[in-house]
Amino acid sequence: MKSFTVLKGIAAPMDRANVDTDLIIPKQFLKSIKRSGFGPNLFDGLRYLDEGEPGQDCSNRPLNPDFPLNQPRYKGASVLLARENFGCGSSREHAPWALEDFGIHCIIAPSYADIFYNNCFKNGILPIELDKAIVDRLFAELYASEGYSEEFELTVDLASQTIETPSGEIIPFEVDEFRKHCLLNGLDDIALTLEHADAIRTYEQRWRQASPWLFDVIR
Amino acid sequence: MSGQTLYDKLWQSHLVQERDDGSALIYIDRQLIHEVTSPQAFEGLRLANRQPWRLEANFAVPDHNVPTEVHERMGGVAGITDPISRLQVQTLDDNCRDFDILEFEINDVRQGIVHVVGPEQGVTLPGMTIVCGDSHTSTHGALGVMAQGIGTSDVEHVMATQCLVQQKMKNMLVRVDGQLQQGVTAKDVVLAIIGEIGTAGGTHHAIEFGGEVVRAMSMEGRMTVCNMAIEAGARVGLIAVDDTTIEYVKGRPYAPEGALWDQAVAAWRELHSDADAHFDRIVELRGEDIQPQVTWGTSPEMVLPVNGVIPNPAKIDDTGKRAATERALHYMGLKAGMSITDIKLDAVFIGSCTNSRIEDLRAAAAVVKGRTVAANVKRALVVPGSGQVKKQAEAEGLDKIFTDAGLEWREPGCSMCLAMNSDKLGEGEHCASTSNRNFEGRQGFGGRTHLVSPAMAAAAAVAGHFVDVRDW
Repeated sequence: MKSFTVLKGIAAPMDRANVDTDLIIPKQFLKSIKRSGFGPNLFDGLRYLDEGEPGQDCSNRPLNPDFPLNQPRYKGASVLLARENFGCGSSREHAPWALEDFGIHCIIAPSYADIFYNNCFKNGILPIELDKAIVDRLFAELYASEGYSEEFELTVDLASQTIETPSGEIIPFEVDEFRKHCLLNGLDDIALTLEHADAIRTYEQRWRQASPWLFDVIR
Repeated sequence: MSGQTLYDKLWQSHLVQERDDGSALIYIDRQLIHEVTSPQAFEGLRLANRQPWRLEANFAVPDHNVPTEVHERMGGVAGITDPISRLQVQTLDDNCRDFDILEFEINDVRQGIVHVVGPEQGVTLPGMTIVCGDSHTSTHGALGVMAQGIGTSDVEHVMATQCLVQQKMKNMLVRVDGQLQQGVTAKDVVLAIIGEIGTAGGTHHAIEFGGEVVRAMSMEGRMTVCNMAIEAGARVGLIAVDDTTIEYVKGRPYAPEGALWDQAVAAWRELHSDADAHFDRIVELRGEDIQPQVTWGTSPEMVLPVNGVIPNPAKIDDTGKRAATERALHYMGLKAGMSITDIKLDAVFIGSCTNSRIEDLRAAAAVVKGRTVAANVKRALVVPGSGQVKKQAEAEGLDKIFTDAGLEWREPGCSMCLAMNSDKLGEGEHCASTSNRNFEGRQGFGGRTHLVSPAMAAAAAVAGHFVDVRDW
């Protein structure tokens, strides 16, 4: 698993609520059997003016100039500032894969859909949940910073659970201890669970005795 | 101490280990696998040189991008025209063969949409925990199952450990008492619930659906309701086990038999919330108040009764909601104040894990019988949820009713619900769809989806625009 420690980067706005996973990565690009290469199709329907095909070279496609990630001031953004219920819809991990492949390593929003939130941690992406009022303020500051995008960099420090804004303000955030531990150290969570293999086997034996019909072989 | 909810009971019975921070290892009885979200998980197992923890807990079926067009389907995997889809389906076959996992392959009569096939075959049984790399796994909750969608990393995690690392969710009860009006279905009930609590209303919660209306529903109706729990933000939807559940499971190919059946039924009888169970949130609706529903926007919460009018963004105070409404109206090509019944349709899709079971097809067939699809509806598809549903429908002559009326009768698969195969909408086309998501581009680039019940979709196909099926 990829780790996340400290990130200093430009933030880009995704200023709408209920951004769904179909919007993050449209379904026609899910046909790949790999984990990588989804970045060029991140937000495909918003980013390009034409209809994209899987496997297509995206470098010559017409860009939507109104879409923030296409604008020079947000070039190289690694933080996405977003609204409520980000990542709703499908369980497709292709959504965080596309964000990560594009270069987004942190999302800041008032709330997330559960499955997406969980999937982020598995891919070295830190989704930060902040009060709506604080997110509103960050949006306002971000929009007011036009002309000096390099200056609007946020520093996100997972160990200390803080975001430092360009004005020097320190914003604390909450994160689950176990997820923080895994993300900071880039731990393989399957290996972590397998450390408890004996407990799983003990449970399994007990459960098999109580519910033998669940262990019928299906063939 | 108060009693336990159904969710509490399922959580407790599958708890392997609890950590100090509240996260827990939860044992998973069954993992359902399809072609889109599994290849990277199998690859991960291989790279780490790991084996599945318990082979027979896994079951696979290709559904998302199998062609549903009869001719293309005849060629099996090799006949899939789109090379990328073909590779994905082939990869599932190869992985299942290599790891020795039971798979119903593309032209097996038992193949179909994973959430239709599971309950139909008895692969899904009450009291289980089930995961699948698909958010509509909540469907199986209709059988008193803690079932949820997971990402591919967790697919791999469950394959390797038979466990999921999870925090316990909160409990929500949605109770629908009273009686439904004639022509109002399970789909209308769940759309009305989403309209009420919103698309994030169930986030961090397991939703149990109860009340007289839910108790009176068939298992297929209950599956439709639980299927869309995720559209209200809840990973888990649940319905208590009762006689209807047990009758449904009895005799399914993989259901227990004999003494084991009796033992199982005794345990399943406990799968309900205790009378004094505590719910963190309770939402109540009256069955009589629910009208046939139609979504007009780009989120399932953007839904109205069929006799409603499109909302006016100018009258919405909340700036975020106003902007979302404006954007949705622009995308959908609709104007404020317009009647839902004035929305003209270019396509109709009857199918998906929400509404492709035999009762759904019967309801649609009853509406179109002896009628003809309107001239402006360029395409009307009926896609059964499984090979078994297809067989049953054909035995009842439903296929003939559909084709006589001008609808296409297809092979089972996810089809135009998410348009990963060649069934998709053209730009700007309006579609009455029995599926579960009306997101931008969901049914094709620039396509405009309106979610409805099978009866409403069938009536719209004939009329060419939305009509109130109660007047039909």
